[in-house]
Amino acid sequence: MSPSLPDQTPAPPRWNRLRMIENPALRYGLLCLGVVYIIWSIGVLEINWHRISTGIPRAGNMFVRMVPPDFTRWSLLVKGVLESVQMALAASFFGMLLAIPLGICGAVNLVPKPVYFVARTLIILSRTFHEIIIAIFFVKIFGFGPLAGVLTLIVASTSFISKMIAEDIENMTPGQLEAIRATGASFPQLLLYCISPNVLPRFLGVSIYRLDANVRHSTVVGIVGAGGIGQVLAATFSRYDYDFSLAILMAIVSLVFLGEFFSSWVRGYLR
Amino acid sequence: MLTISNLQKVYPNGTKALNSISFTVDQPQVIAIIGPSGAGKSTLIRCINRLVEPSAGQIMLDDVNIASLGRRDLRKARRRMGMIFQEYNLVDRLTVMENLLSGRLGYVSFWRAWRRNFPPDDVRAAFKLLERVGLEGYQDTRADALSGGQRQRVGIARALMQAPDLLLVDEPTASLDPKTSRQIMRLLVELVEEQGTPALVNIHDVALAQTFSDRIIGLRKGEIVFEGTSQDVTEDVLTDIYGEEDWSLTIRKANGEDRGDDQTQGKNNGYLREAATG
Repeated sequence: MSPSLPDQTPAPPRWNRLRMIENPALRYGLLCLGVVYIIWSIGVLEINWHRISTGIPRAGNMFVRMVPPDFTRWSLLVKGVLESVQMALAASFFGMLLAIPLGICGAVNLVPKPVYFVARTLIILSRTFHEIIIAIFFVKIFGFGPLAGVLTLIVASTSFISKMIAEDIENMTPGQLEAIRATGASFPQLLLYCISPNVLPRFLGVSIYRLDANVRHSTVVGIVGAGGIGQVLAATFSRYDYDFSLAILMAIVSLVFLGEFFSSWVRGYLR
Repeated sequence: MLTISNLQKVYPNGTKALNSISFTVDQPQVIAIIGPSGAGKSTLIRCINRLVEPSAGQIMLDDVNIASLGRRDLRKARRRMGMIFQEYNLVDRLTVMENLLSGRLGYVSFWRAWRRNFPPDDVRAAFKLLERVGLEGYQDTRADALSGGQRQRVGIARALMQAPDLLLVDEPTASLDPKTSRQIMRLLVELVEEQGTPALVNIHDVALAQTFSDRIIGLRKGEIVFEGTSQDVTEDVLTDIYGEEDWSLTIRKANGEDRGDDQTQGKNNGYLREAATG
């Protein structure tokens, strides 16, 4: 340090991390809002200690009446389970079939813009409503029974699988599409030699996953009357046949286990 | 063979990629297109087979104006132009043979393509080409199991499966190491001579362009600023194309002949044509 510059010692460099929100007023304001929101939402819960205290013994009573599970009406049980499995299989199959054209039309890099928008709107619309709501609609239209359930699951499967296909196609590198187009291939041939090799493994994987999900959902849509084991379960609850309910629940658990096991086994092969 | 006149491309965002490009390809030779990034090399190549739609101008392949074709005729015209890419653009999950045969898609029906039932001549040509590019026995290997150089060989073979009248080659060596790059360029040059098919090759490596091409076109900001042979490429020319830089070490030494072209010229024996007769 030269003596002629005594007071020029440089100040230590200052560095502060970049904040996600630079303005401190806004930053702490948002924090306060968050705290207020949490307090407000806890208030909405309306925890009624009286109902909880009476509910606990009632739950105990219900569980006591549940054991031992009652398998005497096994034929009803088996029929319901089989119906659920049938619903799941049929819905997955038709869902896969319908999802292929819808998924292709929903890929922005393959089809003209208007087709894309129509397909995407269809996909979004059918994903807007939960299965239960769709099932209620179909039950109102077609009456109680498995038909309403199958239609519900077809709608749900189609939208789910087609969304996955569309996104998979959109994620493809444009190069392969260019290369096959450059050979003079037609659009169907492009689907054969470029799209399908790229999308097929995921399509099958997603479909198997959906089959597994359909087994689970088929037990649920029955509760609003759309057939399957769920419909039997809802009936036992309303008649206080808790021991039969437990038998059905056990059947559902093992069914879902089997579905899960099967789907992971198949997907292991696809990898 | 190919005559381009007043070709223009303006992208929707207003970028002028090509401005009144005109040139003619009238003999089976390798024509290198050099120029800085963004000069419009890729756009030019892609306008010729209309992977990019040209804004104005004529692209005459023999007596067909590609720029004005409808969808169906465009597909027919595309069959006559083989394309080779920087990233190879093979369909990864298909085998080498399927990738080669995809070069024949323009000639077979959907159902034959679906059942992989290609005419015997196509299959024979595919085996011959595999052998020619040095990949004998690889027909059932999946494309994603190959190395970069091998993939580009498959890419070249796929383009030649079309028995094309013109090869469009977009940066064939930019993803390869220097040695493989030279091997690939040498293969390309040999095949151009054997098959009598001219090739338009985008390439940013000036030395490679000088070594392996018969003619060089220099592109700058969408305009042709140079046209000539390797010998005509001087420091002034490179400065004109790319801008000020010390070019003395870039230009190929006069006697650096490592091209090794001992092939007989212009035999015009397309593999498919050969297979069909033999």
